[in-house]
Amino acid sequence: MSETNFASAEDKMFARVEAGMKRRRAAEKRFQWYGRCAVALGLTFLVVLFVSIVSNGYTAFWQTRVTLDVTLDASVIDPQGSRDPEVLRAADYGGLIKATLRDMFPDVTGRRDRFALYGLISNGAAFDLRDRVLANPQLIGTTVSLSVAADDDVDMLMKGHIDRDGAEADRRIKDNQLGWIDQLQADGRLERVFNLDFFANGDSRDPELAGIRGALMGSVFTLVVTLALSFPLAVAAAVYLEEFAPKNRWTDLIEVNINNLAAVPSIVFGLLGLAVFINFFTLPRSAPLVGGLVLTLMTLPTIIIASRASLKSVPPSIREGALGVGASPMQAVMYHVLPLAMPGMLTGTIIGMAQALGETAPLLMIGMVAFIADVPNGVFDPSTVLPVQIYLWADSPERAYVEKTSAAILVLLLFLATMNAVAVLLRRRFERRW
Amino acid sequence: MEAQASHLMASGGPSHRAVGADLGGGTYDRAHRGTVGEIRVEVPRMRCTKVNVHYGDKHAIHDVSLDVGKNEVLAMIGPSGCGKSTFLRCLNRMNDTVASCRVTGEILLDGKDIMAPEVDVVPLRARVGMVFQKPNPLTFPKSIFENVAFGPRIHGLVQTRAELEEVVVTSLQKANLWEEVKDRLNDPGTGLSGGQQQRLCIARAIAIQPEVILMDEPCSALDPISTAKIEQLIDELRRQFSICIVTHSMQQAARVSQRTAYFHLGDLIEVGDTDQIFVKPQHQLTEDYITGRFG
Repeated sequence: MSETNFASAEDKMFARVEAGMKRRRAAEKRFQWYGRCAVALGLTFLVVLFVSIVSNGYTAFWQTRVTLDVTLDASVIDPQGSRDPEVLRAADYGGLIKATLRDMFPDVTGRRDRFALYGLISNGAAFDLRDRVLANPQLIGTTVSLSVAADDDVDMLMKGHIDRDGAEADRRIKDNQLGWIDQLQADGRLERVFNLDFFANGDSRDPELAGIRGALMGSVFTLVVTLALSFPLAVAAAVYLEEFAPKNRWTDLIEVNINNLAAVPSIVFGLLGLAVFINFFTLPRSAPLVGGLVLTLMTLPTIIIASRASLKSVPPSIREGALGVGASPMQAVMYHVLPLAMPGMLTGTIIGMAQALGETAPLLMIGMVAFIADVPNGVFDPSTVLPVQIYLWADSPERAYVEKTSAAILVLLLFLATMNAVAVLLRRRFERRW
Repeated sequence: MEAQASHLMASGGPSHRAVGADLGGGTYDRAHRGTVGEIRVEVPRMRCTKVNVHYGDKHAIHDVSLDVGKNEVLAMIGPSGCGKSTFLRCLNRMNDTVASCRVTGEILLDGKDIMAPEVDVVPLRARVGMVFQKPNPLTFPKSIFENVAFGPRIHGLVQTRAELEEVVVTSLQKANLWEEVKDRLNDPGTGLSGGQQQRLCIARAIAIQPEVILMDEPCSALDPISTAKIEQLIDELRRQFSICIVTHSMQQAARVSQRTAYFHLGDLIEVGDTDQIFVKPQHQLTEDYITGRFG
């Protein structure tokens, strides 16, 4: 009797729980779906971003080149036959290329038409030819087959970015130029090759000559300066504040200020760099050294905060273990606490460095936005950095800079991925259980 | 209050059984604090007199006076928060690492005051080693060998590699760990079992030839078999070192120690020979604790 009562009470309870379970399961399922939707949305945006960048940018890694048979006329290059490099350097190679074009298209007469014809070939062709002759003066007097970059408009046409059926007035390539290009193509003189120039050149006003190398090296130098300064400084500051500093009002004040510094808009650091490093210390303008110093100021608080958090997370038993056998506080920190905190510190550093790599605003202030065609060879040479280069190209009117912009973004992302990969590898090496 | 309390520190004085008889709720008469039993020994290694510890405003230890004898195991028992670990950490000034902690009183090691400001804690901790509650093999340097070698190396106790190896081997042998690890001295210390790790920590502590070894609940994270091994080890180590052990296990205190000190709410209530404390406690609080009425 009592047993059945008990059973029925139990059943009742189960029924009540069961009724609630339905709602609970639904809520749980809903919650999971919210999460899935959020992840899916994020992934979608990421995919859209990558598809648009890659589809815009991949063509920049290809380049249209024209093969010309240039006769290196000795009377033009070196009339005295001295083979003096100075004479060779000053010769009119542009004239030789123009002469070659005139020979290839004898029908083209008239100043305007000839000008249009010369426009098919990049301005850089004359320099290519000069370098070749300077490297090997024995070529003078012979006819060489020279592959030169086509003008960016030709390149755009070949890549399908210019509609050849549109109205002539709307086209950068006119009808007569179309005819010559078709003829060059029919002769097999147009070819599509991998765009080495993009990785070998600095910036240029001619899109077909513009390359990423200047900005890439600028970014590398800037980040090397930033890393070399900010990592040791930040780790030293974090270790002192966390392990040695007395806990009083002053250290509290310092902590609050470091946290505030991390939230200061980056352009303010640029102004500071301009006032202090350039105006007061008269360091060179546009130099990666100054850029690195400014970015150091910017990334220091980030790395300090991350490093302190990671020092805090090292269990006290590690410190006590070392102190308990009579290690001095410094030995305990250097041999035991710091290596365990290293993965966290590296994570903070990589976040800071990624931030620094993508930073544009403070660098505008210190002149790294200038047009610089030369590839920098050191931290004192004027240069620009990848994000600024992207900004500069995105701002340029020529159609060919559209693909350059996307390609530069790809290079920037690749740079970032490489940096992250190195950090992950380093972290793996340091990661230990305790 | 303080002065009054210190007067009550009698050695084997009249029975205090009546004091604080109403215990369950923790209403314990602070005015009658004091220690029963013999706090002094004939040949002390360490002698503490009127040690007080404050954590900020909190008075964690009141006027504790206690001797640690040569070649004895002194067990400290008491309910959680009674200050036994805090007192233990005074003995090698480990409390210096806690910013808010203030220790006053006199603590002598072989007749010399270790509380004096000019005393450097680094050599002190070489003489008073410590083993902690949670086995904490050093992760850097990480191998078993390096864990034991760390102390002798930083203190410059050895000149040559051969000497260092000898110290490591003897320390591991003394810690009864040698047979288990001799083939994998270069493996990480964290790869050992909990009990092995704790014995590694003991080996690390004895490698620097301390005079006193402090053990803060060394077996609380271990299984019974490992615990038995450590207890056996403690008994062997007594021949060479003085050992202070804080423990929550009264059976352990009874098994390994010669003298037992019972702490309660920051006071040292009773000290005496272990046999006597567990068989015939003099103080009501001690009796209540060891009979399991609270704690």
